[in-house]
Amino acid sequence: MTFDVPDDCGYLETHEWAREQDGLVRVGITDFAQDELGDVVFVELPDEGDDLDADATFGVVESIKAVSDLYSPVSGTVTAVNEELFDRPELVNEDPFGDGWMLELDPADLGEMEDLLSPEAYREQTG
Amino acid sequence: MALRKPPLREAHAERGATFTEFGGWDMPVEFDSIRAEHSAVREAAGIFDVSHMGQIEVTGPDSETLMQRLTSNDVSALDPGEAQYGVITDEDGIILDDTVTYCLPESHPADYLFVPNAGHDEQMHGRWTGYRDDHDLDAVVENATDDTAMFAVQGPDAVGLAVEAFGGMVRDLSRFEATLATLEATGEVECLVARTGYTGEDGVEVVCPARAAAAVYDAFADAEPCGLGARDTLRIEAGFLLSGQDFDPEENPRTPYEAGLGWTVKLDTEFVGRDALEAAEAEGVDEKFVGFRLLDRGVPRHGYDIVNTEGTIVGEVTSGTMSPTLGEPVGMGYVPVEYADPGTVVRVVVRGQQKRARVQPLPFLDKP
Repeated sequence: MTFDVPDDCGYLETHEWAREQDGLVRVGITDFAQDELGDVVFVELPDEGDDLDADATFGVVESIKAVSDLYSPVSGTVTAVNEELFDRPELVNEDPFGDGWMLELDPADLGEMEDLLSPEAYREQTG
Repeated sequence: MALRKPPLREAHAERGATFTEFGGWDMPVEFDSIRAEHSAVREAAGIFDVSHMGQIEVTGPDSETLMQRLTSNDVSALDPGEAQYGVITDEDGIILDDTVTYCLPESHPADYLFVPNAGHDEQMHGRWTGYRDDHDLDAVVENATDDTAMFAVQGPDAVGLAVEAFGGMVRDLSRFEATLATLEATGEVECLVARTGYTGEDGVEVVCPARAAAAVYDAFADAEPCGLGARDTLRIEAGFLLSGQDFDPEENPRTPYEAGLGWTVKLDTEFVGRDALEAAEAEGVDEKFVGFRLLDRGVPRHGYDIVNTEGTIVGEVTSGTMSPTLGEPVGMGYVPVEYADPGTVVRVVVRGQQKRARVQPLPFLDKP
């Protein structure tokens, strides 16, 4: 099975992705991660305005069978969370890199994006 | 120790199943998606490989006595072709296992079959033979688990599929009735077909020789292959207990009265644990098995604390999930009787946060 690994994202070994857009960083979990988890039934996310550190947990995603912590790819302040997921957590399964995004950060240092796994490196990890 | 494998282990893997260890067996947990499998059982039909369940056959002049003395229900009430649910208790009335006892049709070579939970077959075989020898009873007890396959076909369409596979005789089975039937596709494989199962839906369970497992499974090609994941969510919606989780003689010792299984205890029969249970019934229970629905966002899971409004721990979640049918987080567990009335609000601690939960009657989902 091949999983979607878009070229415009950086990745964590823990299967989160980060994508820069107009100076902000959007975060979610990968196609591989949603497939491993199975049917996502619940997402716990931080509040707008919360400060996150790179690699620190920012929330939890639960499928029917498992609970997984979510880790922030970069440091920054939460500018938006995807509240749609509270009513429709299945969006994480259906569109992990699109409508299933989880939060948006105002990054403390965009240079931290360079520390993330490249799409090639992440493909290798999950291949 | 190597995991025991059901006869169709490789066929399940080829169908894309993921596997988990359960009771010492390597069993499929998910084929497609738990939600899809769950819905198939509620709306059409699903097939579960339950070959990890034990298969113990009891035969001989004292077979009825042996079954009666080691299970809580009244086995003497069964005619050939009838089955009943019961529990197996120790001297103190603690549930060791739960089981379905089949009084086998007369043409079957054995008299009784009972089905202990996964990984309990050797222990129960030992319990039966030990009791037989101590009481000088005349019965042969055979552990047929490794030579036998068992499938549960469950859902509103299940009986129709069983009729296609086995012919019209299985259509007229009542709930908890069993018959021997020949698989029409092969014309020779004889199976025990019983209108039993554990999803809260109508359906049948099919017991067959391990060598015929593929032929039986293939005869139900129109049923969705299902794994243990969907088994869990379906079981919780139906309020059924899971061995090793909702009761466990070591980790969570419970009497049938605490577990809501008092109806399986026939105190006018003679069985191991009877005297303790008579006393327990007279005393009444301190704790009861209840269902609850989370009122706040979150998912209750096995092992989470249940606390009262003062924050004092009063119990533990034994099973919980996001109910696929109801779209609500539901769970079960034991609480002191003062918290057991439907409508009582308690709290479940989810990752350090107290979430409100309302006690409600089981099952969560009405029976079909």
